[in-house]
Amino acid sequence: MPIPTPFHSRTSALCESWEWRNWSGYLSAGLYEPSHEREYYAVRNSAALFDVSPLFKYEITGPDAARLVNRIITRDINKCAVGQVYYTPWCDEAGKVIDDGTVSRLGDNHFRITSADPSMFWFGDCAYGMDVTISDVSSELAALALQGPNARKILKEFVKGVDLDNLKYFRLAEGKFDRHPITITRTGYTGDLGYELWAPAKHAERLWDMLMEKGHGYGITPAGIIALDIVRVEAGLLLIEVDYISSHKALIEAQKSSPFELGLGWAVALDKGDFVGRRALLAEKKNGSKWAFVGLDIDWPALEKLYAAVGLTPRLAGRTSRVAVPVYNKSGKQIGQATSSTFSPILKKYIALATIESQYAALGTPVNMEVTVEYARKQAPATVVKLPFYEPERKKA
Amino acid sequence: MAQKYDAIIIGGGHNGLVNAAYLAKAGKKVLVLERRHLVGGATVTEEVFPGFKFSVFSYVVSILRPEIIRDLNLPKHGLTILPLESTLTPLPNGDYLYRDGDHFRTLRDIARHSPRDAAAYDDYARWMYHMAKAVKYMLGIIPPDPTTLNPKDLGGLAALGTHIANLGPEQIYMLGKLMTMSSADFLEEWFESDPLKATMSASGIIGTYLGPRSPGTAYVLLHHYMGEIDGAFRAWGFQKGGTGAIAETIASAARSFGVEIRLNAPVKQVLIKNGRASGVVMQNGDELEAKYIVSSLDPKRTFLDLLEPGHVPEEQLAYIRKFNIRGSSGKVNLALDALPNLACMPGEGPHLRGAISISPSVDYLERAYDDAKYGNFSQRPYIDMIIPSMIDPDMAPPGKHVMSCFVQYAPYKLREGTWEEKREAFGDAVVDTLSEYIPNLKDIILYRQVMTPWDIEQVTGLSQGNIFQGELSLSQLFFLRPAPGLAQYRTPIKGYWQCGSGTHPGGGITGAPGRLAALEILKDWK
Repeated sequence: MPIPTPFHSRTSALCESWEWRNWSGYLSAGLYEPSHEREYYAVRNSAALFDVSPLFKYEITGPDAARLVNRIITRDINKCAVGQVYYTPWCDEAGKVIDDGTVSRLGDNHFRITSADPSMFWFGDCAYGMDVTISDVSSELAALALQGPNARKILKEFVKGVDLDNLKYFRLAEGKFDRHPITITRTGYTGDLGYELWAPAKHAERLWDMLMEKGHGYGITPAGIIALDIVRVEAGLLLIEVDYISSHKALIEAQKSSPFELGLGWAVALDKGDFVGRRALLAEKKNGSKWAFVGLDIDWPALEKLYAAVGLTPRLAGRTSRVAVPVYNKSGKQIGQATSSTFSPILKKYIALATIESQYAALGTPVNMEVTVEYARKQAPATVVKLPFYEPERKKA
Repeated sequence: MAQKYDAIIIGGGHNGLVNAAYLAKAGKKVLVLERRHLVGGATVTEEVFPGFKFSVFSYVVSILRPEIIRDLNLPKHGLTILPLESTLTPLPNGDYLYRDGDHFRTLRDIARHSPRDAAAYDDYARWMYHMAKAVKYMLGIIPPDPTTLNPKDLGGLAALGTHIANLGPEQIYMLGKLMTMSSADFLEEWFESDPLKATMSASGIIGTYLGPRSPGTAYVLLHHYMGEIDGAFRAWGFQKGGTGAIAETIASAARSFGVEIRLNAPVKQVLIKNGRASGVVMQNGDELEAKYIVSSLDPKRTFLDLLEPGHVPEEQLAYIRKFNIRGSSGKVNLALDALPNLACMPGEGPHLRGAISISPSVDYLERAYDDAKYGNFSQRPYIDMIIPSMIDPDMAPPGKHVMSCFVQYAPYKLREGTWEEKREAFGDAVVDTLSEYIPNLKDIILYRQVMTPWDIEQVTGLSQGNIFQGELSLSQLFFLRPAPGLAQYRTPIKGYWQCGSGTHPGGGITGAPGRLAALEILKDWK
């Protein structure tokens, strides 16, 4: 049975939908109200509050901590200042992605890593012979994501000791609420202005209550996974086990992906010295990648026509679909698959994240995506577009 | 005048029945001769104590081949395998390790003992998936003999070579390790916490006369993983009505194809005329004729007891005499007045519907083996326990329960005394061990049935009480099972065939030897 997160007493009181998801073994609200719409718009309009405690969290400390982190991740940790946060994938020796997450540099040799899957075994193996301590702080640390245009204003109401106006994108600060410690990172999974808050689990309820009280006037809205799944697609952000499969879980080679193939080439620092997967990634960089991760913008008028042919208007689920569907080139050959697709309420577009053969990945390439119209499989024209689909200035401002 | 059949199957265990059903399905007139008053062999359910049904010997099923279930239409005949999806390992300090179908809950419980092990658990599962997939192929084919130039064998070897080459280097290396390592060492490559390592390594010793630190046991781990990759079952299941119901189901399917099953019909010998098997002589002197005689008995009985000397070359008989069939396990079945109350998880709960494994540490298991190595039963044995009445309420009167305890080690050959003398002491050791984890146990036992390897031999006829008709060690598998030159279900005598667990791919309620033998016999049929 999934277990409650440290915020459960609060989230369960609010979860009128009774729709719960199992997120890494924790009860996680799918949505609070019977419809997720208000929760979605809170991210883009006011502030949404997500309980992200189910993330796995590890702390790495000790004289070799930076060395270890640099060995694991593909980015160069030496360029990450204390107080900075890196989003990064990490790979196996074949250069295939195991997981992706954030690395917060809390001190010269003190890091906090979030991951989607349990990672002690892998981190421990990589740490062989190094003077480090890896601790699993997943259950000790409660985590919330406060995302949306009003996020900063709400935090300023009650967080002490943090200069929020000057806390830049992907930076962190440690402060207090009520005398309790809190780490604030300007990160998120929404592509909007937002922060993630990390506090000892024992103070979780107090943190929630303060946020709800101080955020009330700013439209704070508890939000669940369904809204999150839409905004993360708009933001062009990957989801493990949906958009790619961990190389540690893949059953066949073809299921694995390199960072280049996931659009994370920018996060691979081949010049930083040795790290796990470097040799394979160097070779791939030289020889080119088979696959590319792209955004697809499905042609709405064409979609309307497909539906009109059977006397309907487009009928799309209001949620992100995690069912992979084939993507074809213009000659009808399958060139890949769209792994997440959703109607974007703010863009009024039907968009998808897809993995396709890299030769088709140039921006503007016309492709077709399979859609099912009244039980019949059809192909809807779509265009390869730049990710993210949606990026408000406030995200980094 | 003797009656005439196309084929006579000696022994009505599950493999004999499967074999008979396949032959009859192909249109042959088939007779099964069973020594006892019921079919099943070691797959029987008996009401030993009024109202309480015991799966006397084998007690769970995981790898009954799905193709057999489909080919013989077993569900129509009553096959109902209920899930058995948790494993609880109670620990002497009052703690436990509990694994069930809830993946994340299982990971959390493993993490209580070691967060690193929890993170390694999926990785191990992925490797075992690959290994099971690699070996599954071998389980499904007639083992080619690597020493002959016979085109059929060469073809088989080439296909096997291609299969292995296609696995890719990483998997071939792992397969090499799996084939040679001990289960404890193999598991050590992933895990550090004792209850997890011990409970998993126990799968590697079941039915062998080896300890978790004995090389070769890692392979046996796989045998217990096979069911998981077929998609037909969960890992382990419990047949409604006990394992005897599986035999009844297969018997019913066999009858539907026209098989005649004769009970209380012990066979004395196989009749051989002009170098060809021609029939059997019953214990009562009756003679029955058939074109094919198929023995589902273990290799010792098939070659040494049922045949007059002189029909099989001496060198091959020597292999059979050396064939390792040491019984190493026993069974204790209990009728209970109430539910057992576990110290580590008191009260009724889902944990009582799964397996309960007394395997707190690798040292514990190895010590249990130490006793057996020198001819004693384990003072503190490994016990794999289930409570069938929690899964199928019809196994015991309402509110009462039956408990099935597989116990290892109990060596067939005791250093001192006989099993008839030691049987109850062995039963006491099991109950004493269990009582450490189940404080109320002694107060609720209504009846106790103790099956030592000697008893298993007496009742089922399995030589030395070995549950797999011969150890599942690498030296006795594939083209070496049961012996070089005898691994393709044939014998040197025309018309005399083997189809028991002593043949490839080995023991457990799989039906695979019975099916593969039938397919070979049908190819041979002219």
